Amino acid sequence: MTRDEIKDLILEIIKDIDEDADFNTLQSDLPLRDQLDLDSMDFLDIVMELRKRHKLQIPEEDYPQLASLSSCVNYLEPLLKNI
Amino acid sequence: MPFSLDKAADRYDVIVIGSGLGGLTTAKRLSYCGHKVLLLEFHHQLGGLATWFKRKGHIFDVSLHGFPYGMVKTCKKYWTKEITQSIVQLKNIVFDNPQFSLKTTFDRLDFTALLHQKFKIPQLTIDRFFATVAGMNFYDDQTMTTRELFEEFFPGRSDVHRLLMEPITYANGSTLDDPAITYGIVFSNFMNKGVFTFEGGTDKLIGLMTEDLERNGVTICTSARVDRIIVEKGQVRGVEAGGRTITAPAVVSNSGITNTIQDLAGRDSFSSDFLAKADAIRVNNSSCQVYIGLKPEAVIEEKGDLLFTSTAPVFDSSELLDLHTRSKTFSIYYPKTRPGHDRHTIVASMNSRFDDWSTLTQEAYDTEKQALIARTLVDLNRYFPDIESKIDWLEAATPKTFNRYTLHTRGTSFGTKFEGLAVSRALFKEVGGLFHVGSVGIIMSGWLGAINYGVIVANDVDGYVRSL
Repeated sequence: MTRDEIKDLILEIIKDIDEDADFNTLQSDLPLRDQLDLDSMDFLDIVMELRKRHKLQIPEEDYPQLASLSSCVNYLEPLLKNI
Repeated sequence: MPFSLDKAADRYDVIVIGSGLGGLTTAKRLSYCGHKVLLLEFHHQLGGLATWFKRKGHIFDVSLHGFPYGMVKTCKKYWTKEITQSIVQLKNIVFDNPQFSLKTTFDRLDFTALLHQKFKIPQLTIDRFFATVAGMNFYDDQTMTTRELFEEFFPGRSDVHRLLMEPITYANGSTLDDPAITYGIVFSNFMNKGVFTFEGGTDKLIGLMTEDLERNGVTICTSARVDRIIVEKGQVRGVEAGGRTITAPAVVSNSGITNTIQDLAGRDSFSSDFLAKADAIRVNNSSCQVYIGLKPEAVIEEKGDLLFTSTAPVFDSSELLDLHTRSKTFSIYYPKTRPGHDRHTIVASMNSRFDDWSTLTQEAYDTEKQALIARTLVDLNRYFPDIESKIDWLEAATPKTFNRYTLHTRGTSFGTKFEGLAVSRALFKEVGGLFHVGSVGIIMSGWLGAINYGVIVANDVDGYVRSL
């Protein structure tokens, strides 16, 4: 997956979690939690969805890597490079 | 329709023992993730403590008293649209005790106004208090107690302590001496938008959840009591139930955490270090309830949806647990809360200690039960004069009743104290494939806590099964 495809994947999963999420003003480097109405349960949903769709196992200690859109992409890029 | 045990296959990906809201939600999430799931419930009805029973044309809800608005988002994400759309607000929450009487929507805006205008608390103190509890996380420092939290913000104000604490004591069984985070997290959840209920009652909710599980391919067996969880060489192999062995690489117990360790898996399955932690778990208290059904023609004035009443002079955690407590809540179910059903029911709830009831002789037990009903009617009469002439059903439940239907250690109706959470979360690291979901640690209790914990545990199970 390219960086753009990974970004789209994350946004698509967030859209499933919250259909009202507004991505127009979303800044990649700022925490998703501060910009969208996401709580810790929502981040767990992202982890579960990545495991379901792409068999990715994200250990609990790596959850902080999912904080912002760009940190998500940086973290997932090597893991999804062959997909 | 749920099956009997003989219809179950010999092997599943995951077996869930118990169908409380946590067990149901874990089963739902795991089937959604593509696993073959078997759900076993010992009772003939699903729901665990989210239960109801029918008497003489009445349907009594046992634990549907009000949950936070967060339930809307949770049901939308993890259950169905139909379930989500049945969630409605309870707008009239009443407090009545010797220190104050008031009516509130039980949200931050209304509580801020009450604290400022009625209790004369400075605005800045109120804002700082709300900011403090809203910022609490379950992994925060646990050394501060709720009592200390209240003393810091509202020193010597036992009336304010009562307003803030009494409802949460009924919601999760916590006391002033439990960690402040167990109070703050639950209180903040309610303060978000107020108190909500499920229109149509517990039977409708559990019915919709059952249909959804069946659509997702979960095999559900009722009247199917699990005798033992099979553990071999530190790994789960399956369960023994009704003389059968059913295998699975993962077993999720929605039985109590203490029951799971002591009775189902057995002490031999655990290391002495782990057992030391498990033995230190304190189960929370139990409850007493009085179920009151009104005659078909009876009409009562709308006095509120949820009444926190007490004739005790001040709030005291131990007074609320006393065998003869003078504090109780009344949940009033008007016909509008159960569309298509035209009866009024009232459920009085009190917190209670198992040992106070289990040690009584049968004769003393029966006498105490009648006295409990009599005290409840005296209290109810203050709000609905001449209520006794309108009643056509009266029945009481005690901690022994809760124990009989849930099998929970000492009939606990609020799971365990805080230390139970860490043991529940660590179970699968001790015995591979063994998980627990259910009310633990005070914060993972109540309807919302149980469902969310079901999702958290399902994530652990899914990760484990896929790593095999």
